Amino acid sequence: MKEFAAILKNEMIKTIRRPRSFIGFAVISFICLMLQGAFYQDGKEILATVTGQLDNVFSIQGNILNGNLICYIVLQTLIVQMPLLVAFVTGDLISGETASGSIRFLLTTPASRTKIVLAKWLSGLMYTFLLLLVLGIFALFVSRAIFGVGDLMAMNSEGLTVIRADDINWRWGSAFLIAFLSLSVVASLGTMLSTIMDNSITPIVTVMATIIIFTIIGMFDMKSFDLIKPFLFTTHMISWRSLFEDPIPLNTILFSCGVLFLHIIIFLGIAIYYFKRKDITT
Amino acid sequence: MIRVVLPHTILSPLFSFMDSAILLENVSKKFKDFVAVDDLSFEVKAGDIYGFLGPNGSGKSTTLRMIMSLIQPSSGSIKLFGSSLAENRSEIMKKIGCIIEKPDFYGYLSAKDNLKLFARAHLLNYSKSQFDDLFSLVGLSGRENDKVKTFSHGMKQRLGLAQALIHEPKLIILDEPNTGLDPQGIIDLRHLIIKLNKERGITILFSSHILSEVQEICTNMVVINKGQVVVQGKVDDLLSHENLTVKLEVVHPKECQQLLSQSKWASVMEVHDEKLFVFNMGKDEIPEMVEFLSQNKISIQRIDYRNQLEDYFLKITQS
Repeated sequence: MKEFAAILKNEMIKTIRRPRSFIGFAVISFICLMLQGAFYQDGKEILATVTGQLDNVFSIQGNILNGNLICYIVLQTLIVQMPLLVAFVTGDLISGETASGSIRFLLTTPASRTKIVLAKWLSGLMYTFLLLLVLGIFALFVSRAIFGVGDLMAMNSEGLTVIRADDINWRWGSAFLIAFLSLSVVASLGTMLSTIMDNSITPIVTVMATIIIFTIIGMFDMKSFDLIKPFLFTTHMISWRSLFEDPIPLNTILFSCGVLFLHIIIFLGIAIYYFKRKDITT
Repeated sequence: MIRVVLPHTILSPLFSFMDSAILLENVSKKFKDFVAVDDLSFEVKAGDIYGFLGPNGSGKSTTLRMIMSLIQPSSGSIKLFGSSLAENRSEIMKKIGCIIEKPDFYGYLSAKDNLKLFARAHLLNYSKSQFDDLFSLVGLSGRENDKVKTFSHGMKQRLGLAQALIHEPKLIILDEPNTGLDPQGIIDLRHLIIKLNKERGITILFSSHILSEVQEICTNMVVINKGQVVVQGKVDDLLSHENLTVKLEVVHPKECQQLLSQSKWASVMEVHDEKLFVFNMGKDEIPEMVEFLSQNKISIQRIDYRNQLEDYFLKITQS
């Protein structure tokens, strides 16, 4: 246990101090600030166009352009970008060391290969968590500080749902937990490919390509695609949106969480199996 | 009957001296259809410095990587300090330090931070003075806090050596440690290896293409070719001191040729381009010939002999 804690600490230090790790934080902060600036400038106008059609039916009162709405929009915007940022770091966790040769440095320590993969995977999860934390701080708390707090008008496939401001914090918390679980699948896929491939670019590109292809399949309502959609992890990665429906489809969300968890187990299992047998010839 | 039981701490140095540090038995490694190492068996005794030689593609690096558990053998057994590597890898790795080919570190971290990672992986808590001593030992004092990406290859080799020594191993495996070192670095490394062996009793398995270094440093050697052992034994036993190729250049070649053609070396002498004298003679005869020439007022410009190990190596690997 002491040995595992030591190598986990090593991996966390390496992940945090790698220059590429900061790119993700910078991108998220920039996108959030950019959207907040745009909405601060033109938000009321845009919202008036959208809600204008509803004015004949509903009487809309209070501050609609609030921090909750901005956070909801930011999260919808970053649905594809967040996994890519996670892949950018986790796809390189082991393959980057193989390519640079530092893997020899790592594998000649007393730690077993299983422990090394687990430590790297956990450091990838820690990075994912930090990315989400930065996203949460900028998208939710900074948005609330700028635009104030109010009821959320959430647009989804079922229509428009209004969620009261005093009923929303737990939903944000749960949404971020599900988002963490979803991104952990990407981190696990990145780690798995990283054990198989010997250069740092291919696993990152493969994860990105997988996410893009799966997302495109998920976008089309076609019978042939409908058959495979339930098996694609990207289908379940957007289940956090269901937390902003009324009533909340709890069974669907739990099923999606189960599928995501299963993906993590499978990807991690393959990573450990493969890495334990891998010959380091580079 | 009186039975005396001596504490293990008293006996262990004696046994460790007698024991084998590395024992390979019928080890093979196949990469698909290519046999890199073929039924290889050899032993490295604890306390000695072994040269591990072979031409390019002979299986040296694969063998060293198998000993360091970077590559899994296809068959056979590897034992280190009497323990099976397959069964006790973690315990064994605490006793081994290595440089496998070029040492690679994390360029975005300082030299000290890189070593801290390695020390932590070995559950060691190094103090500042311990780090200072280590950096001083490998000749990197003053560069501890510099990022490794600013280091030259030779400096990385030195840092690799510090990393190999950080956990005070009993065995050090050095694969081409001279690569990229300047002449002073090569001399320093040679002295350090000998010092580590003499003062700390560290067993060293040393692979290099600089055969003069191997001859200078190693007490024993193992030569492999095409994945199999060609020869192994003590360096002094394997290298004959007879039949050296000695080359001589003098200020006045004509007078020298006249003199030597009437001497006892006439039968083993060849003259190239009327100025270079090449002899086939024993090492012990060189001082005698030098004295003979100086007595006859022949000024020597150059006298040298080809490295014995080079000749021996070429002979056994090409045969």
